[in-house]
Amino acid sequence: MAARDSDRFTYRLWRYDGAQGELIPLLQSAQDHFGYIPRRAISYISSVTGIPESDVYGVITFYSQFRLQPMGKYLVRVCAGTACHVSGAKMIIETVQDELGIEVGDTTGDGLFTLNTVACIGCCSLAPVIMVNDETHGRLDPASVRKIIRKYKRAEEETRREESVATCDDET
Amino acid sequence: MKKVIVGMGTCGLSAGAQAVYDKLDEILKEHPGTFSLSHTGCIGMCYREPLVEIRENGCRTIYGEVTPDVSDEIYKEHIVDGKTLSDHVVYSIDSAGDCGGSEADYLELQKRIVLRNCGTCNPESIDEYEAAGGYEALRKSLLKMKPGDIIEEIKNSGLRGRGGAGFPTGLKWSFAAQNESDIKYVVCNADEGDPGAFMDRSVLEGDPHSVLEGMIICGRAIGASSGYIYCRAEYPLAIHRLTIAIDAARAKGYLGKNILGSGFDFDLKIKQGAGAFVCGEETALFASIEGKRGMPRIRPPFPAEKGLWGKPTNNNNVETYANIPWIIANGSEAYAAFGTEKSKGTKVFALAGKVVRGGLAEVPMGTTIHDLVFKIGGGIKQGKGFKAVQMGGPSGGCIPAAMDETQVDFESIPATGAIMGSGGLVVLDETACMVEIARFFLDFTQSESCGRCTFCRIGTRRMLEILTRISMGEGQSGDIEKLVEFGEQVREASLCGLGQSAPNPALTTIRYYRDEYEAHIKEKCCPAGSCTALVDFYIDPEKCTGCTLCVKKCSVEAIAGERKEPHTIDIEKCVRCGQCISSCKFEAVYTK
Ligand SMILES: Cc1cc2nc3c(=O)[nH]c(=O)nc-3n(C[C@H](O)[C@H](O)[C@H](O)COP(=O)(O)O)c2cc1C
Ligand code: FES
Repeated sequence: MAARDSDRFTYRLWRYDGAQGELIPLLQSAQDHFGYIPRRAISYISSVTGIPESDVYGVITFYSQFRLQPMGKYLVRVCAGTACHVSGAKMIIETVQDELGIEVGDTTGDGLFTLNTVACIGCCSLAPVIMVNDETHGRLDPASVRKIIRKYKRAEEETRREESVATCDDET
Repeated sequence: MKKVIVGMGTCGLSAGAQAVYDKLDEILKEHPGTFSLSHTGCIGMCYREPLVEIRENGCRTIYGEVTPDVSDEIYKEHIVDGKTLSDHVVYSIDSAGDCGGSEADYLELQKRIVLRNCGTCNPESIDEYEAAGGYEALRKSLLKMKPGDIIEEIKNSGLRGRGGAGFPTGLKWSFAAQNESDIKYVVCNADEGDPGAFMDRSVLEGDPHSVLEGMIICGRAIGASSGYIYCRAEYPLAIHRLTIAIDAARAKGYLGKNILGSGFDFDLKIKQGAGAFVCGEETALFASIEGKRGMPRIRPPFPAEKGLWGKPTNNNNVETYANIPWIIANGSEAYAAFGTEKSKGTKVFALAGKVVRGGLAEVPMGTTIHDLVFKIGGGIKQGKGFKAVQMGGPSGGCIPAAMDETQVDFESIPATGAIMGSGGLVVLDETACMVEIARFFLDFTQSESCGRCTFCRIGTRRMLEILTRISMGEGQSGDIEKLVEFGEQVREASLCGLGQSAPNPALTTIRYYRDEYEAHIKEKCCPAGSCTALVDFYIDPEKCTGCTLCVKKCSVEAIAGERKEPHTIDIEKCVRCGQCISSCKFEAVYTK
């Protein structure tokens, strides 16, 4: 998968025909591939398109979609749209912060979770809502959101344990 | 043969529609040929998702809150034995047109023009769209009408832009048509920035072809041969379905060279937004399509003169385009028969917040807020009191319950200080604090301000600071007057619609709920009991299990109690940080 994504990014760059307005799509494919936009991708894009690096950087920082830092394995997005806000999103955000021990915008030390807020996921009738990667969870309260985060944590611990068992097996 | 259709818009999917579809698919593999399986976009009854419809000989039965187990029952009882599972039916219509089911009245007041195919057609099938009369309007406008006739027809229909401002669409098209140029563009604004609105997304996910058809007709009318759809990147499913629709339309010759042998060429591209509210403003949107920072510029020149890449451009909202094929096919008179004198047709609303039936509702213009909230929305959740509706999101305002006889149209809503907006309608109950609502929206606009003009950049920040301190109980006398003064200046002096409308949430709440602001400032209390800094925390001894978690969380040692005994909070020591509420697993902590 990773190899194909990488091909797609370089393919896009290589295919770049000088058409106007391709900067944002190029940045999007870079982010799809790397998970964020690394320095080298910026200079890469700049050298191919002839757009100064400073301008590329300006576009990156303007749009909230782009990240200059790598992201955790699980992206937790708490909806802070109007419907969720009036249904207690603040409490949900505080609970997730407490459970993960990080603030909005940060990534946990083990690189597993990144916490962000978004404006409306589009299922307001299930408010309050969170998304963990592509899975949406609705009709939450502090207790149930804690349970959901713990479920991901536990799943992660189990795979880690299995992996360490596997390496132990290898050693014996 | 019975046709089984699963509602698979974003609302359905997040309620678990995929598992239901997979289960039905499995059943179908075990018993091939017993029914046919398909999927559709949002039917509108988001509050009962996942929905499954069974269709046979003109009869429709829609089941709500379907789980994989229920779908098993549906197969055994309904599909095999032909019996309906009456407990789960939310809506049904028999061949004579009689409606039944627990939610029959949800659709009663509605008139579906924009949503005509949402929830009935498979959005990934161009054949189903054609079978429902799709692309007939395009055929008519290419082969039987002159560009001028199309514009006349749209003008006569009275259609006004659904993106918020309500500019007459026919007139807008005529401006773009008049300007001579080798290249012109048709742009569809699918940025849907209002955080709490999802009409455009549901149309794109549920009926993408109607938007494409509207855009192609517009291209013909103004003489443009290429178009862009600017869609939020947060809407991956909409982008996916649009891509499928564009490819299918191209394969059938509705896009490309010499469409339907008329000699007219037109093609479309999708551009993904990248998460900036201001890019919903049309000049910022053009800058974003051009690959730049999405900053608005001063108008004039208007897009009809100098738009995308400096060429004449027509930009409309998703819902505006989705109306076009219906108007061309049914005639402007049929359209103008709906609505009020100055606002014709229908409007789609995304009902959300503290309303029982949250979902999509399309009603004729002029329907009252009361009907929307109570007849369609089913009233307020948990039997609480109705306080206000918020319309138009961050650019809009709150309309109090006492004014719920206000009609929704482009004249009556702005008269209240709110705006029509794109159709987000968030219902607030008695627990909503109006200062907090204003603070919430200003927080949003302040962080989305692109920073280009001073009034918007700094004015919104000063307003946010004042609102924040009022909700923290640190408001000073004179703060309300300052908010009004700043608000009016920001409104007057900002460059684009974002700044010009940003003060609306604060100004309308001050207009209707000044006493609430005063209570925060003078008495340091929040009448709605919502601002945590101004309420006291208590523990319900019935619910408290004595787990001691809150004791550990409390940073000021304000909570006392033995293990397995109900705890108590010392109000004198409490700093109202709210940690106990969010840490309690039993919802035993409450505020008063
Ligand atoms: C800050 C701001 C945000 C906007 N967001 C949207 C939006 O999300 N969708 C939209 O269709 N129009 C939005 N508009 C309005 C557009 O600028 C434009 O008026 C509209 O797309 C025109 O289409 P219409 O004539 O069909 O309404 C926004 C305007 C402003 C000032
Ligand atoms: S406001 Fe949260 S999903 Fe819409």
